[in-house]
Amino acid sequence: MTIAEQASQEIERVFRSERQRALATLIRLLGGDFDLAEDALQEAFAEAVTRWGTSGVPAHPRAWLVSTARHKGLNRLRRQSRFEEKRRALAWEGPRFEPPDVSALEGGYDGELGDDRLRLIFTCCHPALAVEAQVALTLRTLCGLETDEIARAFLVPVPTLAQRLVRAKQKIRMAGIPYRVPPPELVRERLDAVLCTIYLVFNEGYAATAGPALVRVELCLEAIRLGRLLLELLPEETEARALLALMLLHHARRAARLDRGGELVLLEEQDRSLWDGGEIAEGLGLVEDALRRGGARPYALQAAIAALHARAATAPATDWRQMAELYHLLVGLQPSPVVELNRAVAVAQAYGEEAGLRLLDDLDTRGALPGYHLLPAARADLLRRLGRAAEAADAYRRALALASNPAEQRFLARRLRQVEG
Amino acid sequence: MEYLLLIYSRESDWAALSEEARGGLYKDYYEFTDGIRKSGHYKGGNPLQPIATATTVQVRDGKTMTTDGPFAETREQLGGYYLVEAADLDEAIGIAARIPGARMGSIEVRPIQKM
Repeated sequence: MTIAEQASQEIERVFRSERQRALATLIRLLGGDFDLAEDALQEAFAEAVTRWGTSGVPAHPRAWLVSTARHKGLNRLRRQSRFEEKRRALAWEGPRFEPPDVSALEGGYDGELGDDRLRLIFTCCHPALAVEAQVALTLRTLCGLETDEIARAFLVPVPTLAQRLVRAKQKIRMAGIPYRVPPPELVRERLDAVLCTIYLVFNEGYAATAGPALVRVELCLEAIRLGRLLLELLPEETEARALLALMLLHHARRAARLDRGGELVLLEEQDRSLWDGGEIAEGLGLVEDALRRGGARPYALQAAIAALHARAATAPATDWRQMAELYHLLVGLQPSPVVELNRAVAVAQAYGEEAGLRLLDDLDTRGALPGYHLLPAARADLLRRLGRAAEAADAYRRALALASNPAEQRFLARRLRQVEG
Repeated sequence: MEYLLLIYSRESDWAALSEEARGGLYKDYYEFTDGIRKSGHYKGGNPLQPIATATTVQVRDGKTMTTDGPFAETREQLGGYYLVEAADLDEAIGIAARIPGARMGSIEVRPIQKM
């Protein structure tokens, strides 16, 4: 292999493994300007291709990239600043911008400070940004996904997603969203937004709301990677630990969730030998730890529920009474109709279909989940088990009319034919 | 950075308050304003007269049109504002959250564009 080939392989490797950390540091060094940092890093990588090809790869490639990109970024800021001064002197018309204070960014230490990636996480998930923008920005800057990849994953047109990113970065700069880890009194509240964003990414992969694929594994993997990073950076936060456990325990079931034809397989009918034992073991360890140290908090409870499923050798062997109890605690902590729906399903398993049906009917009469296909689907399932075929068929039809995922639609249609038969 | 904190609430909510509750709110406002003056965040601020006193002015083709009422009819109305100096959005949000009106209405936080 020639030096140039070796170098290009190395650049490829460095690009993949170091881009995110280098970017996180650069954003801080360039005064919180995401776009400038991205452009400057891109230029530094381009320079690396020519430089490293002849002189070889430096001993600390990331440090080289950061300092090269910083230099390029600061040069650009100086040019902008001079341009703005001239423009003001000549009293040109047009939109004005505040010349950046380059001197404040010059000199000093250009290495990493604490963990810049943690700053980046908290900034991308700042509550002043819309949730969709938080998700897009997190995937773009923290995971390094391209704009069109993110657009494809969330099934929005590329220009829409690109605009979402532009606006988010603009707001960070213009509204003065700080590039930092929030002070202790804000961490708890802000961490909730971070956890929520990561879980949203995971859920979009795990139960895709649209598109031909029911599971988009790459999104699940990115979310798990972020969960690991967050836990590595904040090892004392038990909810971060619980979230990672929750995602691992769900992800462990992926091979059993779809059959050969790509059809959805319900939890109770899954071939449990296909579950990933390694991920389950890791998840169980994490959830026990989270519960012991942090007590019954929302993600810990959800992870404990997933752990009960993971521990059961067969569906009937599941400890449904404890499951119902955990859901009961969760409803108290985080009241939501979706959690109530899941509690009703657990209650039906633990105390009989009639008991579960009463809870579901209550939700239905309250109109708590309008347009949510899983409520009629759960009712249909209990009615079917009770042998009330006509009512079950009605409920399946209602669910079918509301479901948007093709695999779920096929599943519901199959069940409908069974009860109609 | 400078931020304008716009205080929105329903005038009917204010009207529904007892004399005593309103007095308490005025006192809270006095203490809050005094606090941000002393901390150096305060740059200005005022309550506004009720929305019934609002007039909207538009100039089209050099012609001035004047109409009674606010520019837009909204559920909550602009009732006052503060102009504050803050290090960043987090600090501005922290100040906004301490405005007594945040408990009954909403505060819109807008960065000032420097000219």
